Amino acid sequence: MGLATFRGGVHTYEGKNLSEHCEIRPLEFDGEYVFPMSQGIGAPSKPIVAKGDYVLAGQKIAEPGGFVSAVVNSSVSGTVKAVEPRLTTMGTKTMSVVIESDGKYETVEGIGKERDYTILSKEEIRNIIKEAGIVGMGGAGFPTHVKLAPKNDEAIEYVIANGSECEPMLTNDHRLMLEEPERIIGGVKICLQLFPNAKGIIAIENNKMDAVERINELIKDEPRIQVTTMRTKYPEGGERQLIFAVTGRHINSSMLPADAGCVVDNVATLAAIYDAVAKSTPIMEKAITITGDAMKNPANVRIRLGVSYGRIAEALGGFKEPPAKIICGGPMMGMALWNTDVPVCKNTSALCAFLTDEVTIDPGTHCVRCGRCVDACPIFLVPPLMAKAAERRDTAKFEELNGMECIECGTCSYICPAKRPLTQFFKQMRRDVMTARRAKQAAEAAKKAEAEKKA
Amino acid sequence: MDNDIIKSLPHVSSSPHFRSKLTTRREMLDVIIAMIPITIWGAYHFGLYSLLVVIVTAATAVAAEYIYEKLMHLPITIGDLSAIVTGMILSLNMPPSIPIWVPMIGAVFAIVVVKQLYGGLGQNFINPAIAARCFLHISFAGLMNDFSAPAIGFDAVTGATPLAAIRLGTPYSYWDLFIGNTPGTIGEVSVLCLLIGIGYMIARNIITPRVPITYIATFSIFMFIAGGFDFNYLILQLLSGAIIFGACFMANDYVTSPVTHGGQVVYAIFLGLMTGVIRTFAPSAEGVSYAILFGNLLVPIIERYTIPKPFGKRGNKKV
Repeated sequence: MGLATFRGGVHTYEGKNLSEHCEIRPLEFDGEYVFPMSQGIGAPSKPIVAKGDYVLAGQKIAEPGGFVSAVVNSSVSGTVKAVEPRLTTMGTKTMSVVIESDGKYETVEGIGKERDYTILSKEEIRNIIKEAGIVGMGGAGFPTHVKLAPKNDEAIEYVIANGSECEPMLTNDHRLMLEEPERIIGGVKICLQLFPNAKGIIAIENNKMDAVERINELIKDEPRIQVTTMRTKYPEGGERQLIFAVTGRHINSSMLPADAGCVVDNVATLAAIYDAVAKSTPIMEKAITITGDAMKNPANVRIRLGVSYGRIAEALGGFKEPPAKIICGGPMMGMALWNTDVPVCKNTSALCAFLTDEVTIDPGTHCVRCGRCVDACPIFLVPPLMAKAAERRDTAKFEELNGMECIECGTCSYICPAKRPLTQFFKQMRRDVMTARRAKQAAEAAKKAEAEKKA
Repeated sequence: MDNDIIKSLPHVSSSPHFRSKLTTRREMLDVIIAMIPITIWGAYHFGLYSLLVVIVTAATAVAAEYIYEKLMHLPITIGDLSAIVTGMILSLNMPPSIPIWVPMIGAVFAIVVVKQLYGGLGQNFINPAIAARCFLHISFAGLMNDFSAPAIGFDAVTGATPLAAIRLGTPYSYWDLFIGNTPGTIGEVSVLCLLIGIGYMIARNIITPRVPITYIATFSIFMFIAGGFDFNYLILQLLSGAIIFGACFMANDYVTSPVTHGGQVVYAIFLGLMTGVIRTFAPSAEGVSYAILFGNLLVPIIERYTIPKPFGKRGNKKV
């Protein structure tokens, strides 16, 4: 059987060798933990604790602030020091609950209790997942309980566990698949219980064959679960590319995976689902990769959410030399940090520190229209023409060129020999279009309200 | 804020933070390398003067770019090597006996008027080398059509190019046409060396074969019909003149050809038909340069109508 793949994409420098053989090791920190109220897509959560309150590990500290929004639980026991805006990985200040850990990690009663999930109803499972504060841990941070509640459970034919880890440098999902595959498989089984007609597929790129073998070994006797090996290519783990590679189905920006009969969850998310449902443990910890040529000791670590990246880096021995660039997440879609004093969130999976900033090596030239970006775009867009529209701030033309289908994967910027900041252009244009759309919607709603008032 | 552990402020920029090692300069260098076989053949076949024409024209193009940018207080961009490519393409389109000042004027015209006045690299809408060639053709018709220079290993009595010779009814052998043992411009005569060049560019992923193959195929079909289904005539048409050179080095020009895949096919079909029409019906035996020039003008329109349907909007095919 050929390897599952998609058209377009690029094969980047992988750099996974720095940390792929480092076992996930737990690190504990005392002191301050910060829990931003916004950790991914959706409405910010609403804090339900106040300064001075004593909280336990696993205790709910924030309620969802809307339908697409998540619960936040404390990862430590201690005293709430403040509820105030704090700097996050997004580079802006977000309302956060700050907890001073007492170092005892006293948990809420019942946490860790084994639970037989096969006797739970769908409603119960979804509620447990919601209360556990689970969001997509691969990057976007979409609330998982929303994802797992499509209109029609029977119509879901595939539960896809995303173990592609196509971002260069990152190895935390790889290590998770090697070290704790039972949790991932358990998560898939729980999802299969929600969707009676679905098949579970664990999709892994072929640069992680050890994980493929390990999981294949464990699912021998699971008729509903299989492993799909995919060609190592970026952005294989992108939702649309992944669904296509695994099922041959297409979705676009205005469709959900459920429209193609799929539910896609990152392997770390599935492990969290397993913890929540089978072990009564909300999301409190995460395995992350700390890597890059500027790190003295690249590693995969398991830390409690809310601790700052800077402290983790320090605990690992710090930097060899002052890094030229520090990235939260992977090098293709991660955010550059100017300050490492930002907390680890549910949806952030790595810290990469580099001695050189590849972006500044070559100032580049004008676009020569060589078309490499056109060949590489996994969405089949035409970046040179979109960039021209972006330079003129012509949002109408940008939309006409299907700019809103862009997934901001960074492939075009990566491949561009002229070193044009294509992805950056498109991100800006997409925000402009979204803002304009929202303004239009608001204006229309106001108009409608006024008309109703008159009538 | 506690930023001690970083020590110095790191860079911040929008993702992606990795960049491929490809550069515009490297792409241009590969095009230059691809033109070396035909340049060497030109020098071997027509004499070292041809090599001088190539070098001086390329040097003039670079100098013109440097001086223009210096005078206009613009960043100096000669390092991207694109001026050398323009100069080489222009010079390889010259008859071997051309007085050196003719391509020098052409190089200045190509760089200053066609390229820089529109904003430099990537901003021109027609190929500078082709525009300059046509400009020289019109301005110095006599010199540009003089192919009487003695060539080594070739009987120089006839001064006609193979294309003109076909019209006169004195064709050359296929082998001579293939290896380039014929009169003609410096770079166009040897089909063998051209194929080596284009093979190199395809192997290096500089170009896709989409444009050259479609162009040559369309042209072949047209000439086969226009020539009264004469296979011999078709082969002669293919192996002579600038068709192969044009398909490999001029029609493919990044800046002035469509970026959409569908557009490239449409563009190449247009070029094939246009070249055929000019060769068959126009008084000039050569049609490649003018066909490409016309084609260049149509690129924005072709692109507008060949925007591909994005992923997920092509219907839900199941594999």
